[in-house]
Amino acid sequence: MHEFKFEPVKMPAAAEKLRREVRAFLAEETVRGSFEPKRNSWNTYDPAFSRKCGERGWIGMRWPKQYGGHERSALERYVVTEEMLAGGAPVGAHWVADRQSGHQILRYGSERARRELLPRIAAGTCFFAIGMSEPDSGSDLAAVRTRGVKVDGGWKLSGTKVWTSNAHRAHYKITLARTAPKAEDRHAGMTQFIIDLAKPGVTVRPIHNLYGGHDFNQVIYDDYFVPDDMVLGEVGSGWKMVTGELAFERSGPDRFLSTYRLLVESIRALGKAPDERAAAEVGRFVAHLAALRRMSTSIAGMLEKGAQPIVEAALVKDVGTTFEREVPEVFRQLLPTEPTLGHGESYGELLGMTVLRAPGFTIRGGTREILRGMIARGLGLR
Amino acid sequence: MSAVPQDMQQDLLKTIDRVAEAQCPKAVRESAEAGEWPAALWKELENVGLVRAALPESAGGPGLDFGDAMVALRRTAYHALPVPLAETMIAGRLLLAAGLDVPEGALTVTAGGKRVPWGGQCAHVVLVSDNEISLLSKVTAKLVEKNLAGEPRVELELSSSKPKKFAGARARLMLEGALMRSVQMAGALERALAYALTYANERVQFGRPIGKFQAVQHMLALLAGQAAAASAAAEAAVEASVRAPDEFAIAVAKARVGEAAGKGAEIAHQVHGAMGFTREHNLHYVTRRLWSWRDEFGNEAHWQVRLGRMVAAKGADALWPMLTGN
Repeated sequence: MHEFKFEPVKMPAAAEKLRREVRAFLAEETVRGSFEPKRNSWNTYDPAFSRKCGERGWIGMRWPKQYGGHERSALERYVVTEEMLAGGAPVGAHWVADRQSGHQILRYGSERARRELLPRIAAGTCFFAIGMSEPDSGSDLAAVRTRGVKVDGGWKLSGTKVWTSNAHRAHYKITLARTAPKAEDRHAGMTQFIIDLAKPGVTVRPIHNLYGGHDFNQVIYDDYFVPDDMVLGEVGSGWKMVTGELAFERSGPDRFLSTYRLLVESIRALGKAPDERAAAEVGRFVAHLAALRRMSTSIAGMLEKGAQPIVEAALVKDVGTTFEREVPEVFRQLLPTEPTLGHGESYGELLGMTVLRAPGFTIRGGTREILRGMIARGLGLR
Repeated sequence: MSAVPQDMQQDLLKTIDRVAEAQCPKAVRESAEAGEWPAALWKELENVGLVRAALPESAGGPGLDFGDAMVALRRTAYHALPVPLAETMIAGRLLLAAGLDVPEGALTVTAGGKRVPWGGQCAHVVLVSDNEISLLSKVTAKLVEKNLAGEPRVELELSSSKPKKFAGARARLMLEGALMRSVQMAGALERALAYALTYANERVQFGRPIGKFQAVQHMLALLAGQAAAASAAAEAAVEASVRAPDEFAIAVAKARVGEAAGKGAEIAHQVHGAMGFTREHNLHYVTRRLWSWRDEFGNEAHWQVRLGRMVAAKGADALWPMLTGN
């Protein structure tokens, strides 16, 4: 049996100092009216805000200085991330590049890719999307059909990706394609490519979500040319890279803080002396949050040591997103406000937006059913 | 959980595993539930230094730090040892905080004399009121009841003799009790998960182990999530309470671990089918403890309300600093 061990970590003094800096910055920005903290944080795309984060050294924090990074620890990065989310800051533009694309380029990219892209990402001026899912390949990622064919000096890509968040406004995208026919090992023969979305051969079409918002897209490659130095890592090793980044993608505070602003505004709305039922519900959520945060920081500590706690990350995401989904379900019954369609400015709009976004929490980044399968494997059942 | 090297904690766990194996066969569990004091088991726990493990060396402890003592307590709960170790530790911490000497042997503690854990079987009883504490040695049992795990919960005839002023004594008992029950439940839940995994891999139906079925796998994944969250909450409370109990962390722990106890025990039993419902299988030794301990020293609702009121009183914007401790 795999033993799930969430070793506790102690936040270093430097991280706590950084926390105060981020808080002061967010307070200042809120006063200046540069963002509305009730909105959904990492889904709010605000390039101007991202540039400010870049200027302060809060993107690419762990990367080497020679690539524009700041050589900070995983825990320092964690603190910045959680403060941004808890403060409702609009970090959506740089989110994906900072969380995983940059790390992949640093680890597997060519020297040219590192030199050209990482400093711009860290500056908060270059944004990424992730292209894994396809019309016939969602949870079953090994079923991808987008094909890469070797040509002189690079690869030609053809195929269709779906659910690519921000492809219509990001500069680059990392995409997974099949570069060798399916063999007995169906995870072999896949490769990751860095796609410049401004180049010819790629078409981005909107896919509107259920409330009419435009985050994700269909992305069509038609003989799109990728030069050899924009291939990530060894040809055929894409699966290993994709699964390797899951610990980064799944364990962070973005997997349990999606409804944090609703929790805070609900506590405010319930007042200083809530009745017993309301107090119990608030207390229960706070207890869940405190435990989740400890598990999540523990994973940051493991990442710092170079471990790849993929199963623990799946567990944090499963428990965390389950919590996220409960928050609107409980408060809608404690407060007499009806959910309202809008952008999250009033309590009713915040509640409404959260209810409408909630189905995505347990789907994006790996459905809960896939996660539970991974946890079961970690427990020695598969 | 502590700064002590990992291998030292491993030795501690191995010691407890060995004691459980040697001194706590099923017959001892059953006779303890029938009301017999498990003398040999307790003696062995004394011999290996566990009984005073939560006390500093200056107060006659074996020199473990508090975190290690709680790792040890958790392991005794993993083995469902039928002894008042938590009670002895709580009583010791209270006496120490009040500036009193901690006597040898098994101790228990009560605020009113009703449902005193292991009352009548412990050498001394620590009695607290709102702002006083006293140590009694001769008590009379009036009514002997048991919790769901068959541990004695006894009404005692008590008269406070020479009470000492100890501000907030009753509140402190509640906190220390909730802290230790949280630690114990985390251990019992870990064992329930271990039993369920073993059973799911062994029990064959429809030609394969039931653990190969997706429905069972997903239940066990949920159980693992509850166990992990319970551990995280309990460990955080221990860390925050080395010198004195931390109300926020303990409220989080008792609320979260108590919830995990109920949900986790339910899944563990569902996975075991009818076998887990028998006296023969050992699962019930931990699940009956989970069902008792979650209601002792305040159930989930009690601590949730306390926590909710704490948060509400400080205001919505104070929640994040509370969670991050900064």
